[in-house]
Amino acid sequence: MNTTIMLFLLQDGITNGAIYALLGLALVLVFAVTRVILIPQGEFVTFGALSYAMLATGQVPGTAKLALAMGIVAFGLDLFDIRRSLRPTRILRAFAFNIVLPAVILALTYGLAGPKTPIAVNIALSLLIVAAIGLFLYRIAFQPLAHTSVLVLLIASVGCHLALQGLGLVFFGAEGLRGPALSSAALTIGPLRFTGQSLAVYGLTIAFIVALWLFFGFTLMGKALRATAVNRLGARLVGIRTTLSGQIAFLLASLIGAISGILIVPITTLYYDTGFLIGLKGFIAAIIGGLVSYPLTAVAALIVGSVEAFSSFYASNYKEVIVFTLILPVLVLRSLAAPAVEEEKE
Amino acid sequence: MSALLSVSDAHVSYGKVEAVRSVSLQVADNEIVTIIGANGAGKSTLLNAIMGVLPLKGATAFAGIDMAPLDIEDRVAAGLSLVPEHRELFGTMNVEDNLQLGAFRIPKATAAHSFERVYTLFPRLKERRKQLAGTLSGGEQQMLAMGRALMGAPKLLMLDEPSLGLAPIIVADIFRTIGELRAAGVSVLLVEQNAQAALQIADRAYVMELGEFILSGSAKDIASNQRVAASYLGFQHEGASGI
Repeated sequence: MNTTIMLFLLQDGITNGAIYALLGLALVLVFAVTRVILIPQGEFVTFGALSYAMLATGQVPGTAKLALAMGIVAFGLDLFDIRRSLRPTRILRAFAFNIVLPAVILALTYGLAGPKTPIAVNIALSLLIVAAIGLFLYRIAFQPLAHTSVLVLLIASVGCHLALQGLGLVFFGAEGLRGPALSSAALTIGPLRFTGQSLAVYGLTIAFIVALWLFFGFTLMGKALRATAVNRLGARLVGIRTTLSGQIAFLLASLIGAISGILIVPITTLYYDTGFLIGLKGFIAAIIGGLVSYPLTAVAALIVGSVEAFSSFYASNYKEVIVFTLILPVLVLRSLAAPAVEEEKE
Repeated sequence: MSALLSVSDAHVSYGKVEAVRSVSLQVADNEIVTIIGANGAGKSTLLNAIMGVLPLKGATAFAGIDMAPLDIEDRVAAGLSLVPEHRELFGTMNVEDNLQLGAFRIPKATAAHSFERVYTLFPRLKERRKQLAGTLSGGEQQMLAMGRALMGAPKLLMLDEPSLGLAPIIVADIFRTIGELRAAGVSVLLVEQNAQAALQIADRAYVMELGEFILSGSAKDIASNQRVAASYLGFQHEGASGI
């Protein structure tokens, strides 16, 4: 093997690894705040990517209608929750958030979708749609279970993944789609050629990590989210709503998922079920980070991406096997290092 | 007497076990009220239920508002605050962040004022403001828990066993601060096993046994009650040394 091939593989690995890093960070964030292991993270990727690809062809994706349908269910749940004190202001607020918001997004999508719509508008629409789905997914599936055990939340999470994947097949069909690249520029350094797309991947990943760091380190809301992760009762006792924290965590996770999807759909063809595998690699990075450490997760994601690139060169048939095997030594080491953990109290 | 907090006929159960039975209590503006009783009498359970952490059957009104439909978070916004027995600090965050989060529900401008007030009450917290809460000593953690609760400018502060596990000199410090709170216009509902210290600073007291109030009255009367002296003050004679 010569240096050029190695550099190529490393470049490929880092590009993929950056995406896995974003997804891994989202998983750690959601788990820390809500204790949900977010299996449907992959569906956020698929929905974001394929909504963007469909919008690029001038069609309205089914996800926009799904957001409204989920909003209607969420509105019903909200009404049920406040049934004892049905004040007009509360009903109006629930109506605005659950019905008006997704309806506006749907109307915007119908109004703006067309073969000549600029890329930036399509990206914004895809992000809005997936963000709304993320918010309502939390409201419908996880908020009512917020007090239950990690296992119950995990089962609900698997259920959401299966349901959303099925809906993905309905919306986008079994054929794969590709989206237009963000930029056609390219940069050549020595033997390596960096496309505008891969530069966008690096840039956005770094920007997101910095933004998350600023958000959690320096804003009151970010600190409130951390506080919820550290001590739920303590957070409630200072007046932080755990449902609000959960909503923000899911909002961020769905946005990160959708952005990752939009970044990769110009590079590879995505199918309705591709997101799961991509999300799973982010999950491996998150597990290596112990589901708590953001920096460790980011580093692990780059390793996962590189291992994947090299194994697809040497033994492409075993690519996935090799990548997923990475998790075994980590789990063994962790189980040896940490004493047996009792089932959480609560 | 204008009651700031008024609880009537409260029942709290863990499944089929009734931990608090038919309890009624009042706390007026600018008053320090203490609930004393042995371990397991239901004191902490009662405080947690008033805060909304546990479900309470009965009527609770705070500052004229019916508390029944409100969540913990809304009770905090109404001016009720609980410093729980286990303090529930944000251990991996520093002192300043813990305090800042205590002011989560009040406007930013007011929060700056709260910082000043808390640092004046607990100068130690100012020295340690960049230290992680989990690495503080027990006494400092108790100060931080009280400081965090005070950051939200509550009308009523409920303290659950603030002296538990602390050295006597720190206990004296904490009780002195509780006394200062009244001067600052904060009412206090204090649950304590250290009956003697509690009765010294309180205006009124309730004595709790097996989930029920068996006695209530001014702190002075309760302190001089024969039965209370025998059960909770360890046969202390009048004029015995302080804490």
